[in-house]
Amino acid sequence: MRAARRTLTAALILGAALPLALLLVWSFSLRWYYPALLPQEFSTRAWEALLAPSGQVSPALRGSTWVAGVTALLATLIALPAARQLARERPLTRAVLGGVILAPLVLPAFAGVMGVQVAFIRLGLADTPAGVVAAHLIPATPYAAVLLTGTFEVYDARFEEVARTLGARRAQVFTRVTLPLLLPGVLVAALLAFLVSWSEYLLTLIVGGGQVSTLPLLLFASAQGGDYALTAALSLVYVLPALLIFTLVAGRLRGWRA
Amino acid sequence: MTRRLAYLPVLLVTVGLFGAGLLLAGVQSLGGLPVTGKADWGVAAYRELFSSRSFWSALGMSAWVAGAGTLIAAALGTLAALALWRLRAGAGLRFLFAWNLPVPHVVAAWVTLLLFSQSGLWSRLAHVPGLSRNPGDFPALVNDPLALGVLLELAWKEVPFVGLAVLAALARFDGRLLEVARSLGASRWTRFWHVVLPGVRPALLSACVLVFAFAFASFEVPYLLGPTSPATLPVLAYRAFTDADLAARQEAMALSVVTAGLAGLVVAAWAFLSLRGRERG
Repeated sequence: MRAARRTLTAALILGAALPLALLLVWSFSLRWYYPALLPQEFSTRAWEALLAPSGQVSPALRGSTWVAGVTALLATLIALPAARQLARERPLTRAVLGGVILAPLVLPAFAGVMGVQVAFIRLGLADTPAGVVAAHLIPATPYAAVLLTGTFEVYDARFEEVARTLGARRAQVFTRVTLPLLLPGVLVAALLAFLVSWSEYLLTLIVGGGQVSTLPLLLFASAQGGDYALTAALSLVYVLPALLIFTLVAGRLRGWRA
Repeated sequence: MTRRLAYLPVLLVTVGLFGAGLLLAGVQSLGGLPVTGKADWGVAAYRELFSSRSFWSALGMSAWVAGAGTLIAAALGTLAALALWRLRAGAGLRFLFAWNLPVPHVVAAWVTLLLFSQSGLWSRLAHVPGLSRNPGDFPALVNDPLALGVLLELAWKEVPFVGLAVLAALARFDGRLLEVARSLGASRWTRFWHVVLPGVRPALLSACVLVFAFAFASFEVPYLLGPTSPATLPVLAYRAFTDADLAARQEAMALSVVTAGLAGLVVAAWAFLSLRGRERG
């Protein structure tokens, strides 16, 4: 049992660290030809190109952060009232409404986004960050709704009553009881909605038409261009915020994926 | 009435935006709303699709990637969950196990390439003891005809997803049932098949449906790691969507509608079976 546990721990640590280590070594490589196990020559070229103020990275980083940030905020606000209500419904109503709300998680989002693109062109949303946010809301909102419904299920509204009978005013009830109890769940929902948007590639490409720059688009182009060092460095820049957010919310995860 | 208003914002996104998008895709696939020229209603796009070989091979490739990927993720995810459960893995081990869940698929695909391509890390390691002398000796696992690279990436990303779902179900599982089964003389395999598996089946099946639906509709990974031909349905749809010839739009919409329809059928079948299973208790 002990030995098995130790083997498992070692395997999991290796599995978690190996991809990042590989990306890190590749990002500093200048020449690394088969069959060398380590680069023949190291260089900081990729990182210098990445950090250069004139490069494409800072607009892509800004684009990704803006799109994911706004998507997370809107998805949470949109899902909040529905989740609160859904947690109180009878089983049948809940199954039907839940099914409609969660449908975009199992049906291909790209199909709907390709279809709606005609309307986006008419509305002036095509090729704009706002249009990309609208497309990202399709997968992000149902995620937020699932997570928030879970939060409201365990939330006991009787605490508010207790506070009121003890003489608390409405504003006090909200800031002292409701908010502290719900805030962690709401934050987790928002962070995971952020991650859903942060990971999105195809929807950004369809709606953004290449005009809205985000990190996955840049990464994809660089991977296809064959610059291994730059792609590795970009991968690290792209994956680290996701791992950081995951570390923050890991304790409260159930059934989530990017 | 005001309670129902709470659903309005969410329904605007799922029905008003996504549902309308699917509907518009359907309208465009039937010749309505063309980008140029007049509407020309008809099922020509579908007739052409169903008579083209590239459609059927793409459907086969999508079904293979999603089906095999789901089976691999289900088998390995269940095994991993059982191992973690038996070893009473705490929060630390679970965290390590789940570590690659937030890794975006574009990055996971790129890492798969660095590891498994013919000049990748494993190929270089195989060169050390002389197992392979040059990149060509190493089996083609990336952009290969069987899409093994895609399956490797899917397994890497989805095993923890399935594993965590099963682990959550195991947390509610009464371990005494296993002791009873053992005292009645049930073999290891019997205990797994007749005692453990029924306990985790609903969680396992719903995780599998999500994995299948995701893999069936995924674009980046087959695009980067799959064979160029046959492509998968989403890759084919995207190529038609961005075709310089705007007439290909109609084909792209028909492909989207068919992909969404097939994914919907799988989900509906699962919902039906799980509801019936619940009724039977």
